[in-house]
Amino acid sequence: MTGGFLESWLGGAVLTSTPIFYAALGETIVEKAGLINLGVEGTMLVGASVSFAVASSTGSVAAGLLGGMVAGGLFNLLLGPLVIGWRANQLASGLALMFFGMGLSAFYGKPFVGSSLDGLRSFPVPWLSSLPFIGSILFKQDLLVYLMIPAAAGVWYLLSRTAWGLHLRAVGEDRLVAYAAGSRTGLLRHQALFLGGILAGVAGAHLSLAIAHTWTEGLTAGRGFIAVSLVIFAAWSPLRILPGALLFGGTLALQIQLQARGAQVSPFLLDMLPYLVTLVVLVLLRNSSRGRMPEGLKEVFESPREGK
Amino acid sequence: MMHMIDQAPAGTILLETRGLSKYFGSLKANDGIDLTVRAGEIHAVLGENGAGKSTLMKLLYGYYQPTSGEISVGGVPVAIDSPRRGRALGIGMVFQSFTLIPAFQVWENVALFFDRREADRRSLVDKIAGLSQSYGLGIDSLALVRDLPMGDRQKVEIVKILAAGARILIFDEPTSVLAPHEAENLFRVFDRLRGEGYAVLFITHKMAEVLRVADRITVLRRGRISAALTRAEADRDLLVKLLVGDLSPDWSDAGPQRASSARGGAHALEFIGVSCKTDDGRPGLQGVSFSVQPGEILGVAAVSGNGQEYLGDLILGVRPASEGSIFLAGNNLDSAPPAEVLHRGVACLPEDPLRMGAISGMTVRENLILGRQVSYWKAGGWSPDRKKLETDAEAALMTAFVQSPPSLDVRAGNLSGGNLQRMVIARELTRDPAFMISYYLTRGLDLSNAQAARELLLSHVEGGMAVLFVSEDLDELFALCDRLLVLHAGRPAGTFEPATTTPQEVGLLMTGAADG
Amino acid sequence: MAEAQKGWWLGWGASSVSLALSLVSALVLFSVLLVTNGKNPLDTYASIFGSTLGNGFGFSEIFVKMIPILFTAIAVALPARLGLVNVGGEGQLQLGALVAAAAALAAGTGTPSWVGIPITLVAGMVGGALWALVPAILRAKGWLNETISTLLLNYVAIRVVDYFVFGPLRDPSTSNVPQTTKFADGFLWPAFAGRIHLGIVFALVALVLFAVVINRTRWGYEIRAAGSNPLAARRHGLPVTAYVLLVLCAGGAIAGLAGTGEIMAIQGRLRPGFSPSYGYLGFLVAWLAGHRPLRILIMGFLVALIATGGDSLQIDQGLPSSTVSILMALILFMVLADAWRPDRLQDRIQAWLSAKKRGSA
Repeated sequence: MTGGFLESWLGGAVLTSTPIFYAALGETIVEKAGLINLGVEGTMLVGASVSFAVASSTGSVAAGLLGGMVAGGLFNLLLGPLVIGWRANQLASGLALMFFGMGLSAFYGKPFVGSSLDGLRSFPVPWLSSLPFIGSILFKQDLLVYLMIPAAAGVWYLLSRTAWGLHLRAVGEDRLVAYAAGSRTGLLRHQALFLGGILAGVAGAHLSLAIAHTWTEGLTAGRGFIAVSLVIFAAWSPLRILPGALLFGGTLALQIQLQARGAQVSPFLLDMLPYLVTLVVLVLLRNSSRGRMPEGLKEVFESPREGK
Repeated sequence: MMHMIDQAPAGTILLETRGLSKYFGSLKANDGIDLTVRAGEIHAVLGENGAGKSTLMKLLYGYYQPTSGEISVGGVPVAIDSPRRGRALGIGMVFQSFTLIPAFQVWENVALFFDRREADRRSLVDKIAGLSQSYGLGIDSLALVRDLPMGDRQKVEIVKILAAGARILIFDEPTSVLAPHEAENLFRVFDRLRGEGYAVLFITHKMAEVLRVADRITVLRRGRISAALTRAEADRDLLVKLLVGDLSPDWSDAGPQRASSARGGAHALEFIGVSCKTDDGRPGLQGVSFSVQPGEILGVAAVSGNGQEYLGDLILGVRPASEGSIFLAGNNLDSAPPAEVLHRGVACLPEDPLRMGAISGMTVRENLILGRQVSYWKAGGWSPDRKKLETDAEAALMTAFVQSPPSLDVRAGNLSGGNLQRMVIARELTRDPAFMISYYLTRGLDLSNAQAARELLLSHVEGGMAVLFVSEDLDELFALCDRLLVLHAGRPAGTFEPATTTPQEVGLLMTGAADG
Repeated sequence: MAEAQKGWWLGWGASSVSLALSLVSALVLFSVLLVTNGKNPLDTYASIFGSTLGNGFGFSEIFVKMIPILFTAIAVALPARLGLVNVGGEGQLQLGALVAAAAALAAGTGTPSWVGIPITLVAGMVGGALWALVPAILRAKGWLNETISTLLLNYVAIRVVDYFVFGPLRDPSTSNVPQTTKFADGFLWPAFAGRIHLGIVFALVALVLFAVVINRTRWGYEIRAAGSNPLAARRHGLPVTAYVLLVLCAGGAIAGLAGTGEIMAIQGRLRPGFSPSYGYLGFLVAWLAGHRPLRILIMGFLVALIATGGDSLQIDQGLPSSTVSILMALILFMVLADAWRPDRLQDRIQAWLSAKKRGSA
């Protein structure tokens, strides 16, 4: 492997991991509140399509980004009344949300299918980007890439060091205790969904504006589910999301690099890698994950529920 | 936060209720309660199950609103419309089931209940250390609650309410989850709190505790105050009378031991050096050996969480033994799966019948065949024998329900605790097992139903069934069992015949207090 | 006894009304969406329902779509009774199709139908079951929840099929089009009315079997018990782990038949992307139906109708066909939310009935 290959691959890995990172970060907040949203895929699609549509129509990438964030936040919020108010099954509701997102994004995105946009451009960080090797990998990226570490730190701080975060985590562990402590459990969970949705919207926006520079139906191709898996892999810690995202981003980027270099491996086998790697990693890390799962999630994942 | 009652001298009335009543429809849970709580006093509220103690506490704490009557704090009438309001008035409550989050650290649990916004880590940690020191609680603010034993968790609850500024501390059955030595520790804490001018109000059904530690006693019976006494005025017999009225067949006034019906021959069940691990890989049971004869009741005396919970798992085969062997009627069980164990004539009344012994989404009818469903289908499982099912189900219910059995169509999840318990008892005993392990047979059953359950069990025992009888109630153990096995921290702490020992001695062994 | 029976009818009636109301509210919401985008909802509905119910061929196409949907719905419903969430119908149907295709191509021409069709059935079930096996084992061992594993494997399955269709199984004579060679006649499933094919018989048989097993047999009892409370079930000797493996693999096998039917009856060869999300549609149907057989039939018809109508939306209205997933998601939302509260409705009706009785007494 030449240095050039490594540089392109790792640089690509960082770029590719960004949407997965933001989506997983958002989902971490949601899951810490005791909810699981399998519809992240749908939220990302909504974010991607709306941000692209807005950016194309207004010519402003910032507006597009903002649009994607708001749309994502609002869309994610839809899960709230369903699973909180009406106590519907979380897994099925999440998937319903996914279909909804797929349909909505296709519907609203139709006029923009195939058109291309400069979108979010990368810019080099002065001085740091001239460092050998890591300069081009880490410091010639776009804004959202640079914001990954601050975002992770910010979410970590929010969850572990603020009163809001404390109450949110309490809701995710034991709703009854949280209620007894005076936490507004419904409000907190909706807030978590909103925040998670904003981040998933950012993820989608990055995908359409910074990576693909276009919009097509189903752009996310399962990244939402990789993000959900990533949350488990990171044992619900915002700080561990980044290394995990890099791992999956790396796998995705590897496939692109190998294909570009005409490697003699079937593109389809390479295409499978991210999903297979996710599967394997989840199985290997099962024991450490279980210990840190918010109690409230256990009933969603493990036990069958009554009726229906 | 209002501290209307801060720093009041001992004897001051901190809280008073007048004519306090709570009706749930036609049920008078509390009827015209007059209660006085004073600073620097330990006040016990004594009553049987269902006497209305919990309701009263919940009224004081703000969970319920009174139907009529008034509550005043510091001489001022108040409406405690929420727990938050209660806390603001200086009332703190420690429940039987702790409102703690095991995954959080101690300080985080305290912070959760803090109404102030400036609950920052450093100041809380210091505060907890200070309180811990002053009241001899000995807790580490940074410890994870899930790593703490029950007694320490209760102390965290106490710290929580003290830190929030409570002056009236209410405890709901505080010793129900404690070992006797932990209970002693708690009483010492009560003493110190009393010395500092706090008011301690605790509800219980255990007379011994009341007599040990209370300054003032209020006896509740069927929602009303039966009496309000000072410690000096009270003694055991008086309390019993006030509690249940005259002529109660109080099981704790147990008569002579029941005559043993044990038979000789092969052991019905034998444990030889059995050890097992918990789900976290820690030691569960260690080196337990005992045997039970047909027609014999071997009691297992242990405080909750000392290993007795694994006995059922081991016998049924849902948990493997890491060491030792288990013999059923002389044959090695050898980790036989539950289906086989049940087939060999084993029955189990589990610790938590709703969670472990019944399918709440299914009807009573369907629940009654759980474990022996094979015989109710013809053609290899394709065609149900509904007639047989119906007759057998009704017959089974009749054995355990003297009157008003639940309908077969009711979902098990909708049954009351007592009815569910009896349904499971009916199911298990109908199989006419050779051996039964029974956990807390009379839990959730009132006096007459408890009696009926014991009699049903005894009738099977007289017919040759062997029983491993797990119970927390020393009186019941002494009255019913032929022999007693004491477990502490997963290890056997002695086997006795009731006649040659006393509940106190067994109690000491149950807590390991007898060692060193 | 009369009381109990009346209760049964009431329950059934109330939940049907509730279902109807859910559908109507979803349609209303969908209309709002259309209106706010300058589309006339009436035109849209006319297109959807007209092209299906109002048209002989369209009507038969509903049933054509219904066949794979019924299979994939059972594939979700059966594990769901045990409390498992199988989202892998899409992948399982792909692998079922793949293995059936491979078998048909391997066995070659000259195989008579009475041999060929059973071969495709067996191969399709084997393919689907195998694809469900890994998630089943992972779940049985308690290593990984089946929702995630089946979901991820869906994405893998598509690529597996692509690999074979672009590679080893490719039809050399049409090298610019990625597809397998045509299957010999002996393996094809015959159609009889429009494109409605033999698969409908298999699907209905599967549905009846599902109903009988889950409601009347001992295994159905055990599955339902374990689905409700696996801990208690295990302690009473029920082989819960064995059932996990069984229902997931059986579900996979049935989903495999969905894929098999599509390629053997409709496509005639295996092409990439032959399934317009039948797996997910089956998931939708199962949850809409509360995993109950009769309802699967009804909701299967409904969803097939909407999906078929959706195809014409592209042509008639210039809307992407995935627009109908919005409608389907809305219906699912309404049903999941139990929005019209069948139990409350039942109480209200009961109260009204008894008031009437008292009035007339």
